[in-house]
Amino acid sequence: MTPFVEHAGTAVPLDRAHVDTDAIIPARFLTSISRSGFEAHLFDGWRFLDRAVPGTPADGRPLNLDFVLNLPRHHAATILLARENFGCGSSREHAVWAIQQYGLRVVIAPSFGDIFYQNSLKSGLLPVRLPEAVMDVLFDAVQADSATAITVDLPSQTVAIGNGPRYGFEMDTERKHQLINGLDDIGLTLAVVEEIRAFQAGHWARFPWLAERL
Amino acid sequence: MKTLYQKIWDTHAFAGAPDGSCLLYIDRHLLNEVSSPQAFDGLRDAGRAPWNSGACLAIADHNVPTANRAAGIADPLSRAQVAALAGNAAQYDITFLGPDDARQGIEHVVGPELGATLPGITLVCGDSHTSTHGAFACLAFGIGTSEVEHVLATQTLRTRPMKTMLVRIDGTLGAGVTAKDVILSLIGRIGTGGATGHAIEYAGSAIRGLSMEGRMTICNMSIEAGARAGLIAVDDTTIDYVRSRPYAPSGAAWTQAEAYWRGLVSDPGAEFDRVISLDAAAIVPQVSWGTSPGMVVAVDGRVPDPDAETDAGRRESQWRALRYMGLTPHTPVTEIALDKVFIGSCTNSRIEDLRAAAAVVRGRRKAASVRLAMVVPGSTQVKLQAEREGLDRDFLAAGFEWRDSGCSMCMAMNDDRLSPGERCASTSNRNFEGRQGSGGRTHLVSPAMAAAAAIAGRFVDVRDWTLEDAR
Repeated sequence: MTPFVEHAGTAVPLDRAHVDTDAIIPARFLTSISRSGFEAHLFDGWRFLDRAVPGTPADGRPLNLDFVLNLPRHHAATILLARENFGCGSSREHAVWAIQQYGLRVVIAPSFGDIFYQNSLKSGLLPVRLPEAVMDVLFDAVQADSATAITVDLPSQTVAIGNGPRYGFEMDTERKHQLINGLDDIGLTLAVVEEIRAFQAGHWARFPWLAERL
Repeated sequence: MKTLYQKIWDTHAFAGAPDGSCLLYIDRHLLNEVSSPQAFDGLRDAGRAPWNSGACLAIADHNVPTANRAAGIADPLSRAQVAALAGNAAQYDITFLGPDDARQGIEHVVGPELGATLPGITLVCGDSHTSTHGAFACLAFGIGTSEVEHVLATQTLRTRPMKTMLVRIDGTLGAGVTAKDVILSLIGRIGTGGATGHAIEYAGSAIRGLSMEGRMTICNMSIEAGARAGLIAVDDTTIDYVRSRPYAPSGAAWTQAEAYWRGLVSDPGAEFDRVISLDAAAIVPQVSWGTSPGMVVAVDGRVPDPDAETDAGRRESQWRALRYMGLTPHTPVTEIALDKVFIGSCTNSRIEDLRAAAAVVRGRRKAASVRLAMVVPGSTQVKLQAEREGLDRDFLAAGFEWRDSGCSMCMAMNDDRLSPGERCASTSNRNFEGRQGSGGRTHLVSPAMAAAAAIAGRFVDVRDWTLEDAR
């Protein structure tokens, strides 16, 4: 996983609540067996005016110029501002990959769908939860000036607007450690392989029917 | 005094870390063609192998065709995805249920049907509707592809306990009111983020009165309320369903298992983080009007007026939903006309769902204005059972299409989808924009309500209909 320590950039404000993972990437674009190329279909139904088959390059497709990602002033954005329950719905990790591959490194929202939040941590897209009132400040700042610099610092768990106020956010210490060091979390778990074996042996002794294979 | 959730957690959690997270041992892992290929690639790239291939069951369901299956999958990408699952299963000695297997079907229908889903276990799958299996008093939840790889490699997940919510539903459901109406009305009440971070336990006399099929419908849509998992305590209904399933224990192991399973209930007085109560008798058939499963209204109600909403954000999202859905405020729900009807999905495609829909269409005929009414059984076994009962003939005589099993038009990864602007009564779980096809408009309802809508060409209150006796 790519380490995440600190990121400074501009933000694109997606002012909608309950953005679901079907909206982030519709199911018909999930037929790839590869882990790349999903950025072409990020927010496909909102970004484009046509219907496309999977793999159609974004270049040349008619854009919905009302959609915030298509506004030229937000083209360089690397942070996504969102509203409550962002990433609800389907467990598709492709939604996280599409956001990352599009060039976004951080999503800041008041709350996230549980599975999307976990998927983001696993893939190195930083999900930051900030209270509604702070989100309003961020939205106002970015909507007033799209060049507003936002700095997200994971070690200190803060988000700063320009040289102005800093806001703290919560993050599991274990996850934070993994993100900062870009650690392979399967490797970390396998470091306690003997503990897993011992647990399994006891578990199967107590529930022998679970040792049978499917 | 422990909740059911705590009991399952305590028998699976170990290797606690200072931050409160634990390793959670995973007993069963279902794999589908959409969320697993990159996980298997990751495993191979790292030189790892599955911890226990016997804990896994691989099932092709999301993009298999539901018509003319013998011809194979036409779309080359979908075909490659199913082939990748077959190849990965073969390489790692995982049982694979392909499109032609007599046990194939939607993973959340097949797991319980085969007895792979058992009380007291942990079960994960790269699909959010894994919450379905919680109807069997197990801890079942959806995971992303990275976690699929983690479970394949380690048979564990590093996680922390969810908060718990008790949803108590007492009383008797009225005639024509189903499990689907219960869960839709709950989501309408608490919202699509209302149970985020929680595992919901459903209890009360109305839940006790439901079949396993109805309980699965309720647990299935827990995710639509934001909960990653739903659970229902073990009782005779659970035990009777599990007994004699192919992967269920038998003989002395059954006796031992049953004795343990009988204790999988929340202790009296166990504490939950939140408690919500619903009166079953007050629940009426529900119809979703918007683009989120919380946007529901009673069938005898009207499309809401967003301007009556005081919160500006909610008002705007309601207007956006109405524009997308092509609806006007105050329209009676029973004046909404349908283009298509879909009966299927992991929410409502089991035998009892098909019986309920067939009872409505029997001796009637699909409205000419409804272009397509399709029934997609949840599994090949459900299909065969329905055919033994003659339900297929009821549907065909009424002008419905009778298809092969799969996820189908719930999320339109195969050829079953809505065209832009088409309006569909659907027994599935999500009415998000474009979910059933780009520009398609979805109304979530119960199987009986969907069947009645196909006959009338518009929504009708199925409680007003006289149904012929089941054969």
